Amino acid sequence: MRYRDKKELQFHPISKYKSFEIPLMSSTVAAGFPSPAEDHLDLPIDLNEYLVKHPAATFYVRVQGESMDDAGIHPGDLLIVDRSEPYVTASIVLAVLDGEFTVKKLMKKNGSLYLISSNLSYKPIKIEVESDFKVWGVVTYIIHRAL
Amino acid sequence: MMFALVDCNNFYVSCERVFNPHLNNRPVVVLSNNDGCVIARSNESKSLGILMGEPAFKNKKLYEKYNVATLSSNFALYGDMSQRVMSVISQNSPALEIYSIDEAFIDLSGIRYEKLLPKLIQLKIVVERWTGIPVSIGAARTKTLSKVANYKAKRSSGIKILTDPSDINSVLNKLKVRDLWGVGRRLEIILNNHGINNALELREQKQEWIRKHMTVVGERLQTELKGNVCYQLQINPANKKQICTSRSFGHLVKELSKLEQATSMYATRCAEKLRQQNSCASVIRVFLHTNPFRKQLPQYRNISFIKLPVSSNSTLQIAKAALLGLKTIFKAGYSYQKVGVIVEDIVSNKNIQANLFDVQNHKKERALMIAMDEVNHLNGQDTVKVATQGFLRPWKMRQKNISPCYTTRWNDFITVQL
Repeated sequence: MRYRDKKELQFHPISKYKSFEIPLMSSTVAAGFPSPAEDHLDLPIDLNEYLVKHPAATFYVRVQGESMDDAGIHPGDLLIVDRSEPYVTASIVLAVLDGEFTVKKLMKKNGSLYLISSNLSYKPIKIEVESDFKVWGVVTYIIHRAL
Repeated sequence: MMFALVDCNNFYVSCERVFNPHLNNRPVVVLSNNDGCVIARSNESKSLGILMGEPAFKNKKLYEKYNVATLSSNFALYGDMSQRVMSVISQNSPALEIYSIDEAFIDLSGIRYEKLLPKLIQLKIVVERWTGIPVSIGAARTKTLSKVANYKAKRSSGIKILTDPSDINSVLNKLKVRDLWGVGRRLEIILNNHGINNALELREQKQEWIRKHMTVVGERLQTELKGNVCYQLQINPANKKQICTSRSFGHLVKELSKLEQATSMYATRCAEKLRQQNSCASVIRVFLHTNPFRKQLPQYRNISFIKLPVSSNSTLQIAKAALLGLKTIFKAGYSYQKVGVIVEDIVSNKNIQANLFDVQNHKKERALMIAMDEVNHLNGQDTVKVATQGFLRPWKMRQKNISPCYTTRWNDFITVQL
């Protein structure tokens, strides 16, 4: 046999960060009928693949308070924050304003930056030139417990 | 050849600042284990004259006057942040050697000279953006010179390419020999005694003289300063051949029971490290000694050696062997300053030699260790532990002011008030 058609060889990348278990099927009954599933093994689902695009730049943040209720962020939720994602207008960001962390929607209006709460009872915060402001990262997923 | 050294600025302080913005723009220091000495300083602390290694609160008034933030070290956090930094660097450069927790060498040989500066600027920006850790980068034709370039980078804009011969000469001329890679205090004295004070004088010294006084290591240093490569990038560091966990007691300890508890804890740490790197050890050593500086007290030191029948990374096996080892060397009547556990003969846990007379149920114990690691990961170190570790911890590290493990523990994530 010669491997002439190299295209048949496929390489599957393995996640660098999380080591997951490879399901090991052992046919202990040597003489029995082999499990028909054995040729169709797959890796278990790893949520990291879905939620974390850049492991080195991803952090987790817990929230308290209600000012972002209408954006689907509720007290106790877990946010996935990616520092490598570019932020644009309407991005939900984790920001540092005058030494305090906050999560808000970013808005640009008439050349000024605003932090907007989704809950309308909170006023937009205008970022003044002299304020100490930095976008820390972009919120990419919100994990909310349904039970 | 072209190398660059990427070095994190004030790494431990920078890690703390990523998660605690209140630490920005004010003096910060991080203390060693047991809150003993200063091991990291922010630039503000450096300009106050706080020195590396000085005992904390040596100058309490100064700390109070300038409101210096004094933090205990949080190595779980620094370790995780280091991995992130290294991962970003390696994604952005072809070859990487992790040199220490906060430094990495990269090989830039394939890059055209005019592309070098844009490349380094981009790397610096990406690392800072992705991880929040500021870095300085020095590039040159050898690793030794790239370290020199980094020294300059730290004191200027953060990036320095050191390739122009006259530039190299003027930098080396101003660089004290002690700031060179591999020159320690002792060597510095020898060199100074021979009138060699700066790096340029060292480079221009006769080779025979260097060989005689500084051996082959000095010869290599000199060659590298001349721009000829002796040290290549070491890309695949081997797994550790030996793991040691030990610490000095806060005060001298006489009782066997206390030594047993500490030994048990250090054995636990060793076993955890083995499991983290997927390896097992078969030699377990325990050492203990009295305080050699307390000359009026009787002195004693010893080390034990136990070989396990089958290599293991189970906390139960290693703690049991360590305790047995401790009993063989413990002598009553001495005041001990330090005890430690060393594991050796480390192999990958895939290549374990079985033993015919082995009676352990390894499968069950492996499952137990996995469960234990998971519980401790979730709830903090030593939530589940072997009972021999005890519940009183007189030797436990003093960590009065430790930050949360923001990146590695579920209960320690940053919480934001909306």
